[in-house]
Amino acid sequence: MKLRKNLFMLPYLFWLLLFVILPLILIVVQSLIGTDGQLTLANFVSFFTSGTYLSMTVNSFIYALIVTVITLVISYPVAYILTKLKHSQFFLLLIILPTWINVLLKAYAFIGLFSQSGWINQFLGIFGIGPTQLLFTDFAFIFVASYIEIPFMILPIFNSLKTINGEYIHAANDLGATRFQTFTKVIWPLSLDGVKSGIQSIFIPTLSLFMITRLIGGNRVITLGTAIEQHFLTTMNWGMGSTIGVILMIIMIASMKLTNGSK
Amino acid sequence: MKKLALLSGVILFFCLLLGLGSSALNETPKESGKVLNLYNWGDYIDPSLISEFESETGYHVVYETFDSNESMYTKLKQGSNHYDLTIPSDYMVEKMKNDGLVQPIDKSKLNFLNEMDSSIMGLSYDSQNNYSIPYFYGTLGIVYNDQYVDGAKLQSFTDLWRVDYRHSMMLVDSARDVIGLSLISDGHSLNTTDNSLLKQAKEKLDKLAPNVKAIVADEMKMYMIQNEAAIGVTWSGEAAEMLKNNEHLHYVIPKEGSNLWVDNFVIPKSAQHSDAAYAFMNFMMRPENAAKNSVYLGYSTPNVLAKQELEKTQDPVLAFYPTADQMKHLEVFEDLGQDAVQTYNDLFLEFKMYRN
Repeated sequence: MKLRKNLFMLPYLFWLLLFVILPLILIVVQSLIGTDGQLTLANFVSFFTSGTYLSMTVNSFIYALIVTVITLVISYPVAYILTKLKHSQFFLLLIILPTWINVLLKAYAFIGLFSQSGWINQFLGIFGIGPTQLLFTDFAFIFVASYIEIPFMILPIFNSLKTINGEYIHAANDLGATRFQTFTKVIWPLSLDGVKSGIQSIFIPTLSLFMITRLIGGNRVITLGTAIEQHFLTTMNWGMGSTIGVILMIIMIASMKLTNGSK
Repeated sequence: MKKLALLSGVILFFCLLLGLGSSALNETPKESGKVLNLYNWGDYIDPSLISEFESETGYHVVYETFDSNESMYTKLKQGSNHYDLTIPSDYMVEKMKNDGLVQPIDKSKLNFLNEMDSSIMGLSYDSQNNYSIPYFYGTLGIVYNDQYVDGAKLQSFTDLWRVDYRHSMMLVDSARDVIGLSLISDGHSLNTTDNSLLKQAKEKLDKLAPNVKAIVADEMKMYMIQNEAAIGVTWSGEAAEMLKNNEHLHYVIPKEGSNLWVDNFVIPKSAQHSDAAYAFMNFMMRPENAAKNSVYLGYSTPNVLAKQELEKTQDPVLAFYPTADQMKHLEVFEDLGQDAVQTYNDLFLEFKMYRN
């Protein structure tokens, strides 16, 4: 029986090795190779001594933070209300549905909404507010990025809220807790795991978003993803691109440690 | 359990069948040897010409596409493919030549060389055209919308810096083109590798930043057609597509000069059907076909007879052909080597980051 169990593990282990561990090793190795093909730390040195990359990192951080906070502020109440609804599965499906549509298509849809002759400007025009520049602004980028990420925040929070045993809340009420106290002392701590995994699945991907930065941000919003794309596709400096990738991974591990450590 | 085993057996069997079937389908043309593996830019040929070529010669064209010179280069360099013909731009021809990725072209097999425009032949990247034959050429220029911009005031790259164009232009997302236009506006070469000059060019670009609305790629076509921006800096063929869809748009080749780019047929070292490649080149450069292709794409054909044919019918595509006088001020990109390419791109990234 034990052998059989291990046998079932085999495809998973194989998958892990081939598509997770091996690529990670490749990226780390690649990041240590300079433009001359020699083993070197030069890529890391140039990353940490270049004002461009550092300010880009700070920029990406700020954008990712804003997007994460916005999605959290919107998602938590939504997830909470969803758990109270009779047909929560149906409404959940409505939230998941947009994730089935390709991100690129969604981006183009937003171009149609935000452009000078788009619906939003037409609507504003009714009130005599002349066409305003919506595309290529920080607002547009943060709006679209938040929109795309929201389902990934709602789902884990919804799941963790759903598993809270209702008797805890009854108990809190019986013991004289106000509704606010019940929320801060019982519901919030118990749903924290969902919040954490939501943050993790949004913060890091947002750091390296790149298609949206060009399509919606018009390259006026630059994240680390833009730099990686450029190093792999234009300058063919894979070493530097991998270096930024490694740094992103380190940030990711640090942020996971941070969110998990605050228990 | 037995049922499960049977079911998985059936599925496996069908998979095997499908696999065999598809590999058999892929191999049929190869065996007969009548195949051309063409590796071209996306949407860079009039598709009706491909079917005409197929029915005329009996070759089967396998058309694969790339979206940048660099990605094409990477794929060829990694090997394990057998493209018979591909179409890199000028500086990339030089790089591929230096890296031994292309084979010499047997000019005796080409029947159109005496019809080629001499100003497009023998350029610096391949001075004898031993490895490359021009397919299309074009320029980098300015598209403006006459509803918002007075064309008489916008005739050069220098004009882009005018204060009345605040927040109204789009630039192509290409490091060498954008830094290049800054270099040209100061009278420097597009192939400058001097770091202090490049820095100067970047600082000048920072002053352009308040005028720049966005730095975009293919989307620019859509944006310009929808009147999202008044001015766009882009390539002539892209501009042709925009002009077709919005009558208010016009194309200007800047008067201080610009980039002349040339996309060329080259035969990779690993090509297996070079006869097909020669047949294809001869077919595509036949004057009537070259003219048809030029009208379809909006780029300029280097075949003189084809151009004359277009002149006979006064085709609007001729507006995108640089005049002999303009030609004198145009400059071709050279391969600057990894370090300089890196510098250009780092500076470009800095420019993108610049906020005023």
